[in-house]
Amino acid sequence: MSTATLHETTHYEAHGDAHHDHHHQETFITKYVFSQDHKTIAKQFLVTGIIWAIIGGLFSVIFRLQLADPNATYPWLEDLLGHWAKGGKIQPEFYYALVTMHGTILVFFVLTAGLSGTFANFLIPLQIGARDMASPMLNMLSYWFFFLASIVMMSSLFVQTGPASGGWTIYPPLSALGEASSGSKIGMDLWLVSMALFIVSSLLGGLNYITTILNMRTKGMSMTRMPLTIWALFFTAVLGVLSFPVLLSGAILLLFDRNLGTSFFLSDIVVAGKILPNEGGSAILFQHLFWFLGHPEVYIILLPAMGMSSEILSVNSRKPIFGYMAMVGSLFAITILAFLVWAHHMFVTGLNPFLGSVFVLLTLLIAVPSAIKVFNWLTTLWKGSIRFTPGMLFAIGFVSLFISGGLTGIFLGNSALDIHLHDTYFVIAHFHIVMGVASFFGMFAGVYHWYPKMFGRYLNNTLAYIHFWVTIIGAYLIFWPMHYEGLAGMPRRYYDFSNWESFKMFGGLNQFISIIALVVFAVQILFVINFFYSIWKGRKVTTQNPWEANTLEWTTPIRPEHGNWPGELPEVHRWPYDYAKDGKDFIPQDVPVGADESKH
Amino acid sequence: MGATTIPAGTKWWSGGKSPFNVNYGKVMMWYFLMSDAFTFGAFLISYGTIRFSVNHWADPNHVFNAFPFAGHANLPLAFVSLMTFILIFSSVTMVLAVHEGHKMNRKGVEKYMILTILGGIAFLSCQAWEWTHLITGDHAVLVNGHIEHWGTTVTKNPWGPEVMFNGQEVATPGPIAFGGYFFGITGFHGFHVFSGVVINVVMYIKTKLGHFDQRGHYEMIEKAGLYWHFVDLVWVFVFLCFYLV
Repeated sequence: MSTATLHETTHYEAHGDAHHDHHHQETFITKYVFSQDHKTIAKQFLVTGIIWAIIGGLFSVIFRLQLADPNATYPWLEDLLGHWAKGGKIQPEFYYALVTMHGTILVFFVLTAGLSGTFANFLIPLQIGARDMASPMLNMLSYWFFFLASIVMMSSLFVQTGPASGGWTIYPPLSALGEASSGSKIGMDLWLVSMALFIVSSLLGGLNYITTILNMRTKGMSMTRMPLTIWALFFTAVLGVLSFPVLLSGAILLLFDRNLGTSFFLSDIVVAGKILPNEGGSAILFQHLFWFLGHPEVYIILLPAMGMSSEILSVNSRKPIFGYMAMVGSLFAITILAFLVWAHHMFVTGLNPFLGSVFVLLTLLIAVPSAIKVFNWLTTLWKGSIRFTPGMLFAIGFVSLFISGGLTGIFLGNSALDIHLHDTYFVIAHFHIVMGVASFFGMFAGVYHWYPKMFGRYLNNTLAYIHFWVTIIGAYLIFWPMHYEGLAGMPRRYYDFSNWESFKMFGGLNQFISIIALVVFAVQILFVINFFYSIWKGRKVTTQNPWEANTLEWTTPIRPEHGNWPGELPEVHRWPYDYAKDGKDFIPQDVPVGADESKH
Repeated sequence: MGATTIPAGTKWWSGGKSPFNVNYGKVMMWYFLMSDAFTFGAFLISYGTIRFSVNHWADPNHVFNAFPFAGHANLPLAFVSLMTFILIFSSVTMVLAVHEGHKMNRKGVEKYMILTILGGIAFLSCQAWEWTHLITGDHAVLVNGHIEHWGTTVTKNPWGPEVMFNGQEVATPGPIAFGGYFFGITGFHGFHVFSGVVINVVMYIKTKLGHFDQRGHYEMIEKAGLYWHFVDLVWVFVFLCFYLV
């Protein structure tokens, strides 16, 4: 029995489907709804993510309306939102619900599930040469748990007291006591239940990504021959599998505090003149549990974008990636450090100053692997024959945003500065650029680059260029001014700044930011239209390898069936970055090494 | 193809150098256990943080001194020792089941799986008794100058320091966190044991139906065993944190 056929057998056993073959009839339900094909599941994650992104983005537009002019009324809003916009005025409780849900949706539902769920599912089997995930069944369940989480979170938008509104970080006691605010009532319970389901989804997905990468690689695909995308998705999955459970613990304890009368996070509290019986708990404890997930979460969002950008930059510079091993090493270093820096979100909680300085040191250490990555991206671009495809533009945009946002991270990582900047618009500007917009750029880069593989058609290029330029200029115009507001002490999450003499000067600036936000949101709608239009009407892909890339996904048919390769699995003979080598523009991974070939 | 026999020493993976040379399912189980360890770790660290930040904590020798059918005899930690013994013994039978699986001895696997399942059920029953005893226990507690009768729940418990009241020794309210963490963590662990019993029952049925004989290996038993040993190991930490320290 050859090793190749053995691989097939174990693979089919993995399906738990002894009579699996590529010709059996699939119904609409098994092909598009309860599909076990990793490519379909990826598209399900992507489309659900897009729907969430529209909702989350719309929320930001509505609260920017409030920030643009706190005294304005918008009668049409009342028709739309009822008592949340009484008299056309956005109500304060609703404002808090909007910012909370904007954060929750974008961080978890779009940039975690939408990003990792899409690209880990789509790229891992295709790029490592596997027919599907290790366990297609668990993979399908991963999507459906995410779907359930989505339904629960969505339903919290429609309960009478409104969705959770204690901020996406849901700090107790605000989030633990129903009597604290209307957003702390049933909406908060739904938030926690939704997040528990979300964590199950992320766990099932993550276990699959890890084991698929470790166990299902095709012949010759050693770890050091894997594309950087796969390395990044691997570390992302490890981060998720080890950090989400800690949030799960926190969420369970918080649910108990809310519903069973326990005092895990509550102590000595008076609400509306009434002394609560709780004692002995610690609200700070919740912050530790939350940020033990919360900080790795930043890298769960960022690493896939890094990996995909590395790949796209190399392909479109027609040059090998610079410093492959350094790239892998820095991903690894970031993964380790990600677990050791959570308390830098807690410098103002009364943290022991000595402990604070340890966290400052560890936080600033992350600048080292980050800088290694940035310089390697720049040197990859250096003297390349750059093709400015839309995917490439977004990848370059990602590098730009990562640098701009990363630099302000060095400010915030210093506890002495952070005590002044904490919870101001400076922080908003920092994390929106470095993990929000930058990861979105990575995601866009991925969508533009792999769309031909997903749907067998191209996205419209003109719309793509408009999308890119308006988004990158708009993103900087929105978030750059926020640094100034933050340095002046303007706090985040405030409903109305007009009563503060010191912030009155920012009225015009806030209006400006809101107008740009509206424009950028409109352009994202243009992208969504482009996305759905092109699925059916886009220009058809006619060549197997439209970007002339080396990785294995481009050796599959233009529209691969379940199983990916119609014949034998491809065998890998080289790393994925043999561009501009020995007079050849590119040499795909499945091409055997020639006798007189030079080393890379 | 599901019935393919896989010769001993087979490489599970054809991609050149395999990192572990084990089936994906086992790798998955190990990563799941790591993840679960972080969940329990977070619970136990939270417990430690709170316990050592309050002045008074319940004395385990005092709280856990009852034994079924022993009346009011003072037997500190006797019952929990029995529980721990039962659980560890069920791990031993699990090891034997895995061992019989390696020898492809279906009867042996069935026998030891039954014993393991019984061990799990016995442990859960003990836990049910212990919980009931704590919740329904009746203790005189001095609250705001008069005597009330309390059991141990997540909102109150009688395990505060004892004081003299009207010439007799009575309890005072204990730290609320004690009940919360005790029921929270032992409950979460009990839920894991329950899941383990369900998994073991499924494994037993699959063994009985000859699924693993057809498949040519008993690896599923090994995977269930990994989970069972993990649940056992977690109990050792729970035991340490709540009963011994």
